[in-house]
Amino acid sequence: MLKDHAKLMHAIAVSEEIVGRKKLQKMIYIAKNIAFPFQERFQFHFYGPYSEELTLRVEELCNMGFLNEVKEKKGGYYQYRYTLTETGKEFLGINAVDMPSLQECLLDMNGQNARFLELVSTVLYFNDLPKEEVKEKVFTLKSKQRYTGEEVEQAYQYIENLREKAGLH
Amino acid sequence: MAYSAEKLNEEKVFKDPVHRYIHVRDRVIWDLIGTKEFQRLRRIKQLGTTYLTFHGAEHSRFNHSLGVYEIVRRISDDVFLGRPEWDEEDRILTLCAALLHDLGHGPFSHSFEKVFDLDHEHYTRAIILGDTEVHHVLTRVSADFPQKVADVIAKTSKNKLVVSLISSQIDADRMDYLQRDAYFTGVSYGHFDMERILRVMRPREDQVVIKQSGMHAVEDYIMSRYQMYWQVYFHPVTRSAEVILTKILHRAKDLHEQKYKFKYDPIHFYSLFNGEITLEDYIKLDEAIILYYFQMWQEEDDPILKDLCCRFMDRNLYKYVEFDPAKEYKKLAELSVLFKKAGMDPEYYLVVDSSSDLPYDFYRPGEEEERLPIHLLLKNGDIRELSRESEIVDAISGKRRTDHKLYFPADFIADDSKKQNIKKQIKMLLEIE
Repeated sequence: MLKDHAKLMHAIAVSEEIVGRKKLQKMIYIAKNIAFPFQERFQFHFYGPYSEELTLRVEELCNMGFLNEVKEKKGGYYQYRYTLTETGKEFLGINAVDMPSLQECLLDMNGQNARFLELVSTVLYFNDLPKEEVKEKVFTLKSKQRYTGEEVEQAYQYIENLREKAGLH
Repeated sequence: MAYSAEKLNEEKVFKDPVHRYIHVRDRVIWDLIGTKEFQRLRRIKQLGTTYLTFHGAEHSRFNHSLGVYEIVRRISDDVFLGRPEWDEEDRILTLCAALLHDLGHGPFSHSFEKVFDLDHEHYTRAIILGDTEVHHVLTRVSADFPQKVADVIAKTSKNKLVVSLISSQIDADRMDYLQRDAYFTGVSYGHFDMERILRVMRPREDQVVIKQSGMHAVEDYIMSRYQMYWQVYFHPVTRSAEVILTKILHRAKDLHEQKYKFKYDPIHFYSLFNGEITLEDYIKLDEAIILYYFQMWQEEDDPILKDLCCRFMDRNLYKYVEFDPAKEYKKLAELSVLFKKAGMDPEYYLVVDSSSDLPYDFYRPGEEEERLPIHLLLKNGDIRELSRESEIVDAISGKRRTDHKLYFPADFIADDSKKQNIKKQIKMLLEIE
């Protein structure tokens, strides 16, 4: 029970702190797409893969007092920081989640910026297509982000590295 | 004449309780409505198990799809016609995407998708691109037209204005289902001035924007969404029915994995159980098929499957108490042990249901580019996000209300003929006595 909530808490706990809702969305999407059994369903939206279930679940965890959300002003917009509360840690202590290698992958993603994770998640979303078509998708759907061909290549390489970390190779 | 421009000799109309009439002049639209994949939507209810709470909610995805088409037709033929930002070439693409946007929904899709890890968007795409009647109609427009329609529905089209008409925070899909669901459930929420909203919609390169003078009509629409969510979509009795439906599917799947010999061979389920469902199998599924199995499984030897099916068919649903996971998760563990001792498998008979289990999108102001927000077009030509202008929208898009309920079979617990002491402890913990 509350297994899906516990998995998210575990993800935030092993990441220590996640800064930004967009980053959180992309990290969970990438983790799910690579190997890890998160249940939240994602759809492609204006800014890439997005899960309303994930947004709602995070809100629930904040309302329960398991997650701490700090809203801060950054430039012209707001940004949110997420950490686990003491009550959250206690809950997770009783409802342990076993996802080996998740920490290594999430810590790595947490060290990347949200813009790059948006690119990685978009590449993963179109993973069934040939690389040239994926590039075309990135350049047309994400024209405002002005990604370069080199960055797309880096995204592919990054996905490979993550898969290795997740023990898929 | 090109097929995409071909008109019927005479306009066809469908009587509709929400829009009064659905008007069809385009040959391609008429042909799509006649396909077997689109006709299948008549056999899938728009609101799944809500009919067990609001008995009028028997309307289908067929009704709704026609409604979305009609709204988009009015936008393209009346509101946007002649505006420089609107490309008439996109008209037929927009109409087809509106009509077909829900094509991949299966029966009771919320529960089915959860248990069998399916995604109706995947099947919408598969039907449009696969060897289907719908695909053959679309291909008559052009070889790449099915792909274009699929991309609009998947929101991966480069034509973002067209995407935003079908799927955004103020789109034809939501405008139709709010009004239609309100009409068929009989509730007084869900009404807003759609005529006004349509009149103040303006096309822009990336999305539809709303003239500032129409802000109050949009506020009303946002309030309708909020009220319909809590009063209809997330009604606790409907949630109870969803819980039981989900558990039936889980049980059937578990039994199959345990090599249980069903009295009534669930042939339509095998590919679902094995995770190898083909498009052909998927299209065959509808609610009549599923309810047939639920009816037959009432005679199964497995007591859990039999009981759950009887509950669903006879509407003997689970009761609930409010549940605060933060304060009561230890109590939940205790209850789980007691349920086992009382002979009720907690996996099936003690269920926490959370608001996130039924994701329904509240208005999001898109603070961190999560979702594209509704933009107002100010008198000076500037664009501004809705909640920055509207105090009402700002208020309901700020602090979120979330909700958790604990569902259980009250009749089992009330039956004191067996395990009286344990059931007494359960009642005390649930505070139902």
